[in-house]
Amino acid sequence: MRRTNPVVLSRRKVLGGLASAGGMLLAGCSKDLPPTYGNVLRMGDVLTYRAQRVLLPVHRSVREYSHRDITSIPAIGTTDPADPHQETYNAEQGAIYERLRSGGFADWRLSIEGRVARPASYSLGDLQRFPARTQITKHTCEEGWSAIAEWTGVPLRNVLQAVGALPEARFVNFYAYDNNPDSIDMLDALHPQTILAYGMNGRALPVGHGAPLRVRVETQLGYKSVKFLRRIVIANEFDDMGKLGLIQNGWSWYAGI
Amino acid sequence: MAQTSVAQPVDHETADAVGSGHTGWVRTTHWVVAASVTTLAVSGFVILMAHPRLYWGKAGNDLTPALIELPVSRNYRHGGWETQTVFYSRSGSALSAVRTYDIFNQNGWARSLHFLSAWFLVITGLAYVVAGFASGHFRRDLAPRAAELRPRLLWEDLGKHLRMQIRTSGGPPYGLLQKLSYCSVVFVALPLMVWTGLAQSPTIAAAYPILPDLFGGTQSARTVHFLVFAGLVLFLLVHVWMVVMSGFGRQMRAMTLGSSHAKN
Repeated sequence: MRRTNPVVLSRRKVLGGLASAGGMLLAGCSKDLPPTYGNVLRMGDVLTYRAQRVLLPVHRSVREYSHRDITSIPAIGTTDPADPHQETYNAEQGAIYERLRSGGFADWRLSIEGRVARPASYSLGDLQRFPARTQITKHTCEEGWSAIAEWTGVPLRNVLQAVGALPEARFVNFYAYDNNPDSIDMLDALHPQTILAYGMNGRALPVGHGAPLRVRVETQLGYKSVKFLRRIVIANEFDDMGKLGLIQNGWSWYAGI
Repeated sequence: MAQTSVAQPVDHETADAVGSGHTGWVRTTHWVVAASVTTLAVSGFVILMAHPRLYWGKAGNDLTPALIELPVSRNYRHGGWETQTVFYSRSGSALSAVRTYDIFNQNGWARSLHFLSAWFLVITGLAYVVAGFASGHFRRDLAPRAAELRPRLLWEDLGKHLRMQIRTSGGPPYGLLQKLSYCSVVFVALPLMVWTGLAQSPTIAAAYPILPDLFGGTQSARTVHFLVFAGLVLFLLVHVWMVVMSGFGRQMRAMTLGSSHAKN
C-alpha cells in the first residue's frame, strides 16, 4: 500500500538535517534534538533516538494483521476531554469539545499551520475526501500491554503535501482537546503508516480512543499517537511543549523504543 | 600488583590452590556489567509493576487472557471497567473499556533508566566478548574441556557445591559448574535479554521482524524477557552466595585489586 506520490519535503533533506545534528549529540543542546536539561536520563533518551535514526533502515513498515487478529483494547489516558475529573482537563478546551461532540463533530476543524505554503483548516469531510488508508496494526502501550486494531485515516504525508510543508520543516507538533500536546520528527511524520485516523474497527473513532481524529504513529509507543486533535503545527525547531509536554513531565519524547 | 598474565598458560595445579586473580579488563567489565544488570533488574521490575501480566503471542492486555499474573503491585487483578464499547455484532467481539482506577506507573524514569543501563551493558558486553575471544580467556578459562563434560563429573561438582566443598581461589581456573554457569550467562542469558528487549521496540521490530517472530510475537518476547530475568536473578543470588562462602574478602580482592591472597 506504499504510495508513490512525491512528497514536497525531500526525505534527503530531512535525513541530511538529522545527520548534521549528530555532532551535537554530546553537547545535548540543539534545536534539532529534544533538550536534556542536564538530566542524564534525557541524555540516554537522545542517545537512543540518535542511534535508531542512524542505524536503522528508513521507513520499514510495521506488521499489518488480518481481521481475525483484532483484539480487545483498553481506552486509557484521557478518555473524555469534556470530563472535569480527567487528569489533564482544561475547562476552556473541554467546553469546546463538549459542544463539538454534541453536534456530531460537524463543526470540528483541524487547522494546519506553521512552516507550510498553504495553511489549511479541514473538516472531517475534507479529510475523508483524501484517499484513505486502512491498516490493522498493533498498539504498543508503554505500560507493557498491546492490542491489535484496525485504523482508517489519511496518511499524514499526503496532508503535509497538500498544505505544502516547507523543506526546512523538521517536526510536526500536535495539539489536542485534552491538553496533551506532543510532536514527532519528519521521518516518522512521512512514514507511510503514520495516519490521521478517523475510523477504528470499521466505525467512527470512539471518544475513548480520540474522536474525532487522532494520529497513529505506528513506529512508536502508544502515547505518541495523540488523541482528540484540534491543531497541527509544522515546525523547523524542536518545541518541548513546556509544562504540558512529555520531557518536563519526566518522559522520553522519543518512544520508538 | 603482580598477577599472572593472560597470555601465559596457567599451571593448573598451583593455580587451583592459589588462584590467578582476574585481569584488568575482566575486573573492569565485570563491575560495569554488574552495575548495569543490577540497574536493569530494578528498573525492569518497576516497569513490570505497571503491568504485571504476561502473555504468549502477538498482543495481550487487561481485556484478554493472561499467561501469568504476578502479584507485584497494586495493579495486580484489581479495579474494574466502565463504558464498554463492543466493536462487532458477533459474539466474543473485540471490545474496548475504560478503567475505573488509577494504576501504579513509574515508567517515565524507569524505562529511561532501563535503556540508559542497557547502553552500558551492550557496549561493555561487546568489549568483553571481543576481548574474551581475542585474549583466549574464553577458550582457556570459560569453555569446559571435552573431558569435563561428563555427567559423573557434573554430578560430583554439584555434590561438592551442595556440601560446600568449594574452591577458595579467586579467578581461573574455574570448576565445571562455574564454567557452565558463566557461559550460560555470557552466551545465552544476556544475549537473550538484549534480543527480547529489542524485540519489544516497535521501530526495531518493523526493521527486523525476526526479532519478535522468533518467539511468536512481541508479548512472547516480553514473557521470555521476564523469565530470563528471573533466571539471572537466581544466578546473581547463587553467585554472591558462592563468593561469600568461598572467602568474601579474598574473592573481592581478586575482582577489584586483581590477585588473590598469594602475591607472587
